[in-house]
Amino acid sequence: MNTVKDLLIILVASSLVSNVVLSQFLGLCPFLGVSKKIKTASGMGIAVIFVITLASAVAGAIYEFVLKPLHVEYLQTIVFILVIAALVQFVEMFLKKAMPALYQALGVYLPLITTNCAVLGVAIGNVQKEYDIVTGVVNGFATAVGFTIAIVILAGLREKMEYNDVPESFKGMPTVLLTACLMAIAFCGFSGLL
Amino acid sequence: MNKAGERLYNGLIKENPTFVLMLGMCPTLAVTGSAMNGLGMGLTTAAVLAMSNLIISLLRKIIPNRVRIPAFIVIIASFVTVVQLLLKAYLPSLNDALGMYIPLIVVNCIILGRAEAYAYSNPPIPALFDGIGMGLGFTFALTCIGAFREILGAGTVFGYDLLPAGYVPIKIFSAAPGAFLVLACLTAFQNYLKITRAQVGKEAQKLSSGCSEDCMNCKDTGCSKRFYDDSRKEEQ
Repeated sequence: MNTVKDLLIILVASSLVSNVVLSQFLGLCPFLGVSKKIKTASGMGIAVIFVITLASAVAGAIYEFVLKPLHVEYLQTIVFILVIAALVQFVEMFLKKAMPALYQALGVYLPLITTNCAVLGVAIGNVQKEYDIVTGVVNGFATAVGFTIAIVILAGLREKMEYNDVPESFKGMPTVLLTACLMAIAFCGFSGLL
Repeated sequence: MNKAGERLYNGLIKENPTFVLMLGMCPTLAVTGSAMNGLGMGLTTAAVLAMSNLIISLLRKIIPNRVRIPAFIVIIASFVTVVQLLLKAYLPSLNDALGMYIPLIVVNCIILGRAEAYAYSNPPIPALFDGIGMGLGFTFALTCIGAFREILGAGTVFGYDLLPAGYVPIKIFSAAPGAFLVLACLTAFQNYLKITRAQVGKEAQKLSSGCSEDCMNCKDTGCSKRFYDDSRKEEQ
């Protein structure tokens, strides 16, 4: 059984040490695309935390209670992507009806998350590492927190860099990627934590 | 067969998914630590892309427009599963090296993008060659980036020592930050080409027209497309 200590280790490992964007390159599109302002970046981050935590719970439950008893584990890729797509749609409809305020804040980001590879990556990673449902949810939450940390830091840096004088060819995406490179080097330092 | 040749050229050079369109950057960065991994990932993606393009093109009159994206995803996911099982059986070492990036081919925007942009509206043979061309273009790009990172980061290419014994490898190039660094240089080079081409008056709109710039407004390439976009429009 998993102890609190194991879960804490997963929490630190997934959010900082093997950061989802900076060392595993998942969810790169929103990381580069929605990181112009801290406000939108944190909105995206919160939406991702919400969806990934929910998706890892649902995907874990489906794997444990449907795919395993039927011995069709090989269908996991197809089932997970459909479940995630349906889940995001469902969350969007639910928020629209039940919590309009939250929908106002997160609505624009939800459709972008459907094809965010981090969501599918976490679901598949949980199965490959043979986590149980609770561990899987903690891992999903931690991964999403790692994503939020990375995207908010990048957005903060980009806001400061906007008016800097950079060479013509390096304007825009190249500078952002160089910043991400330096952030990845900095995050390498976290590997000493565990 | 002229059409087939044109599609191959288009995928390999004119609209190379990585170097020109900048699509599918997640696997491009993640698995190019060595040339071998780049080649393996490229060929795996190419196989999925060619087969899914063929099947989607064959079924294009049967799949209703409103549910086409979920239908594409099911087809793509099925081929990814087949390829994953084949790799597990015949190339277990490559399967271990690529790990969870193989199932993640499903969400590679090149595949969904080609299904939406080409296969769904063209006959099977050109669609198949479009898939092969795009897939080979992707393979070529991944192998180049992989070889570049491997030679700087470990002094080898495909595992063979190429540099003199005194060379001290710059390890960071085969680690995670190196991927961002290489991509930064690549995009800077593209920008440079764009600027110089604009000065002579040549059009270079295709350069990095993929998803790398702005996720919120990337509607055409299929990356952030809403799953049931048509029904949504009717609601509003």
